[in-house]
Amino acid sequence: MSPVTAFLTDSTICIGCKACEVACKEWNGIKADGLEFSGFSYDNTGAVGHSTWRHVKFVEQGPVIGLGGNALEFPAWGFSSDVCKHCEVAGCLEACPTGSIVRTEFGGVYIQPDVCNGCAYCVVACPFGVVERNQSDGRAFKCTFCYDRQKVGLTPACATACPTESIKFGEISELRETAQARVEALHERGVEDARIYDPRDSSVGGTHSIFILRGDPRTYNLPPQPRVPGEYMSAGWTSAAIAAGAMLAGALIAFLGDSRR
Amino acid sequence: MSIGPKPPRQSRLPDAASEARLLELRREAEQRGMVTSAGAKPAGAPFPQASPEAGYYGMPLLKKPGWSWEVPVYFFVGGAAGAAAVIGAMANWTGADKRLVRDARWVASLGGPISTGLLISDLGRPARFLNMLRVFKVQSPMSVGAWTLSAFASASAASAFAEAVDRRFGGLMPVRVLGNAAEALAASTGVVMSSYTGVLIGATVIPVWNENVRTLPLHFAASGVGSAVSVLELMGHDDSTALNTLGIGAAAYEAYEGLHIETHPTAANEPLRAGVSGWVTRSGGVLSGPVPLLLRLAALSTRGETARNFRRAAAMSTLVGSFITRVAWIMAGHASSKDYRLPLERGGAKQRQELPPRSRQQEKELLPRERPDKPHGISK
Repeated sequence: MSPVTAFLTDSTICIGCKACEVACKEWNGIKADGLEFSGFSYDNTGAVGHSTWRHVKFVEQGPVIGLGGNALEFPAWGFSSDVCKHCEVAGCLEACPTGSIVRTEFGGVYIQPDVCNGCAYCVVACPFGVVERNQSDGRAFKCTFCYDRQKVGLTPACATACPTESIKFGEISELRETAQARVEALHERGVEDARIYDPRDSSVGGTHSIFILRGDPRTYNLPPQPRVPGEYMSAGWTSAAIAAGAMLAGALIAFLGDSRR
Repeated sequence: MSIGPKPPRQSRLPDAASEARLLELRREAEQRGMVTSAGAKPAGAPFPQASPEAGYYGMPLLKKPGWSWEVPVYFFVGGAAGAAAVIGAMANWTGADKRLVRDARWVASLGGPISTGLLISDLGRPARFLNMLRVFKVQSPMSVGAWTLSAFASASAASAFAEAVDRRFGGLMPVRVLGNAAEALAASTGVVMSSYTGVLIGATVIPVWNENVRTLPLHFAASGVGSAVSVLELMGHDDSTALNTLGIGAAAYEAYEGLHIETHPTAANEPLRAGVSGWVTRSGGVLSGPVPLLLRLAALSTRGETARNFRRAAAMSTLVGSFITRVAWIMAGHASSKDYRLPLERGGAKQRQELPPRSRQQEKELLPRERPDKPHGISK
């Protein structure tokens, strides 16, 4: 029985070095994103996507005491390495019509590149905006949770390269305990806005990428209440069933009522 | 304020104000040991910040739908073809005009391969279309749709073929039975063809789509019925009372849908009412709702050629309107995916409606900055 694994990304000790981004790109052989200046702090990548599976967010916000070690009149500066959340209830996995997206024995969500036919339905099924179709290749891509490395007992590339252990990798229940202990320790040290992001009370049902953040997750573009498309399914199919009935009944009545038929 | 190349520096002559300011700075430095003024404002200041309200620099949280132009066209063609199969089957079972049955079967059978072609060409890897049939997943509307389309295209083609054989060789019992069975299958998958696309986009994370998941399948089905009726009318069946009745029903529902959108100004529905996508939605709604509804009612109260002209006008309006409607929903989805605010709200759909509308100023501030053509801060 393989262990069910997870990432614990601790933003409070991330130094924004982007070693995880580079390690991910090198190990997985992903092409560069190009050089464009965004004007958003030191982040010229923007978000995770088909060619960025790890992405360091550079979060500049209004002054927060103790955050960034700056004087109060300066913006606070924090970093957080984003990645596919590997949801417990994964919208992309459910939406995939080819069965290309599967749950691995380690609990991760994996797109089999040899099966994906690029229908792009997973793109609109991800509540975190992670999966993206590479328009030149045609297929959808996202973090593989280093399935190939995990298969041979190795740690994912990003976690291996992280110099501060901001990205931790391990057995999920152990990491959940680690996260809890870490946040408690931070609270004791006066970092009262430290919190765990692991939306287990939403329809995503928890993730295999747990984050320790400071303050509101929305600042990091993390939805407080992510919703998987499965939530809308019964309403949609009910409406479709009514539509189907109305079409059949309507056509029947229209033709029966036509005296000249 | 935009980030851009620095404006050329203008030489400045000293005046009373400039000299007074310099002395003021000197005095402050002497007295307090420091100067607190911000000095010159860097280009692009104030620097963008992340916050719970503005999200991560106002960048979109969701990815935009990756689909290209084929998808709205497929919604239009597939919806019309599915409804045509239903019309053909009902016309046949109630013993209506043979010509109408035949034409409806042909419309359905042509729609099948066109839809398939569109769907395949939208795939990133068209050669792998058959992977759609590797598995059947009831939890994936895309999978349900792929299987439905396969069954529909085969059944509608078979029924049209049986029709042709029957007409050529006349009254062959097995052919007629097979044709009718195929027709029944085409009609039962046809209703799914016309309505499932509403679930396909409704059951996603795109706010404007999932906000309307309850009406989208009905909306798309009505749109499909309207366009199937219109195609048949333009093929010469503009004297069939049944088709006009169906057309009135479809146009009435479309008018209701337009009204529903206009009277539910939720934050998620904004792309249906504002901006380019809003205007496209409105024009599609008007052309497939009230306009054909009035024309068809006018046709009811007139006779002969006048009534036919009204119906042909209604048919053309419906076809154009139905097509624009499908395009509008995809455009609205794109606009919606760029709005970072909706997915960041707590609680989701229920609380969404309580969001105050944004002012123009807020809108401007929240929009992601345009990327500059050249990097700033580097001057030669």
